[in-house]
Amino acid sequence: MTAEAQPARSVPVYDSKDRRPAFIEEVIGLVRYRDLISQLISRNIRTRYKRSVLGIGWTMLNPLLTMAVMALVFSQVFGATADYYPVYLLAGLIFWNFFAQTTTAIMNELIWGGSLLSRIYVPRTVFAVSAAGTGVVNLVLAHIALVPIMIFVGSPITPALLFIPIPVLFIASFALGIGLFLSTLSLRFGDVIDMYAVLLTAWLYLTPIIYPIEILPESAHWLIRLNPMYHLVESFRQPIVEGHLAPLESIAIAAITSLVVLLGGAWFFARKGDEIAYRV
Amino acid sequence: MPATKAAPGRAAPPSARRGGEPVIQLDGVSVRYRVPHERIVSIKEYAIKAIRRRVTFDDFWALRDVDLEVRAGEAFGIVGRNGAGKSTLLKVIARVLRPTTGRVRLRGLVAPLLELGAAFHPELTGRENVYLNSALLGFGKAATRDRFDDIVEFADIANFIDAPLRTYSTGMVARLGFAVATAVRPDILVVDEVLSVGDVGFQEKCRTRMEAYREAGTTIMIITHNTALVRQLCDRAAWLDAGRIRDLGDPDTITRDYERSEG
Repeated sequence: MTAEAQPARSVPVYDSKDRRPAFIEEVIGLVRYRDLISQLISRNIRTRYKRSVLGIGWTMLNPLLTMAVMALVFSQVFGATADYYPVYLLAGLIFWNFFAQTTTAIMNELIWGGSLLSRIYVPRTVFAVSAAGTGVVNLVLAHIALVPIMIFVGSPITPALLFIPIPVLFIASFALGIGLFLSTLSLRFGDVIDMYAVLLTAWLYLTPIIYPIEILPESAHWLIRLNPMYHLVESFRQPIVEGHLAPLESIAIAAITSLVVLLGGAWFFARKGDEIAYRV
Repeated sequence: MPATKAAPGRAAPPSARRGGEPVIQLDGVSVRYRVPHERIVSIKEYAIKAIRRRVTFDDFWALRDVDLEVRAGEAFGIVGRNGAGKSTLLKVIARVLRPTTGRVRLRGLVAPLLELGAAFHPELTGRENVYLNSALLGFGKAATRDRFDDIVEFADIANFIDAPLRTYSTGMVARLGFAVATAVRPDILVVDEVLSVGDVGFQEKCRTRMEAYREAGTTIMIITHNTALVRQLCDRAAWLDAGRIRDLGDPDTITRDYERSEG
């Protein structure tokens, strides 16, 4: 017996001809590379605060302090129109920031990851999925920071809070879908990143996040309801601010849009995915 | 699996070197890049041109009808000038690029040894980078933990393993990159120009490891300008010119003809 005797491992065989649909291939790849995803998430979180004294504490402090400033300013303006306005604002902004940061991060990750994708084989959505995962971790931490404020302001703490993971799942899929779509576009057009930044600002002010929907005339409410972000925010915020679930209609719209956007974005990315290795 | 068929012949490595089963098979592989005629960078421009049907492409065939068969345990060199299609061929074998037409078949674990340390993050420690890089190559955390000590020992950076990578010298980064990429014996090792990095002692160490892997059945694919390296290491070589294989055979003959044509 020589030491050379091969262990009975299965020999992976690659054949460029037998190709499963890109979508299924990607899902199988993600499962196989799950360790990479968790490593990328922990890398993102650790490197962000690597040289700071407070370290990961900033993940909680940063949104808290910015939002405390905004709460102070806007409480004067909208304070009378919404119950527990500081909690209303903070919950809305935590949610919005997750969306804005995650979609932008997905685009930037592809630029970093893209140079790797043209050298070694890795499922191409790995970087987008880990950017979304990083966002979820930050969202959870920021959310923990919200609890003392809820107690301080005296907003109701009820079992409805247990529903929170569901809208988080919705917004994560929504952000992933939009992020995949945008990063595919940005491969081709350099101006997507800048255009998107402008669009994000407009979107933020068109959604009742800083202001309550009640300050708008009744006749304009139908317009706001066309905005899927409104339903996503509401299904997250109502359990926190008002202590009960959002109307079923909002939850259903949030669920359906996030699923459609995720599938649409993933399909677009998979279809154009081969261009990554050609272009980046 | 069919691997057992070749078992009796495997006892004698030197003769098996050329006689192993094919692990890399390229049949009529062509790769086409579509280059937009004018560089269009903004959506507005694109929309205007698309409406006027003015978006035109130049087709550029980086590889044309390449047939290649490399067997287990072979060291195969590919030479060619810049733009001959070497890096495209490399991408096709690294599974990064799918051929436009033709078929690529690979058997076994493929390890790319390209631009060592490209995936390293400067703020992470050497230890964290080993785990991250290993995951990029498709290995799980547990598998990396088992091999961690070997990796550090081979790279010879035990004292620095918990320091951030930005404090490393170029040579140390290259050593760590090589150690991670070759921690497991792959079935196919794809080598770029990388062996020119690091000090002479380490280069020798890399070559020794590659030689040992080859004795154990690893196929080595070297893609380089460095004709001396091909003569020294390879059993066979091919000359790639304008996307086609111009000649294939004995490394001495191929590299001599190539050098002559380059003047």
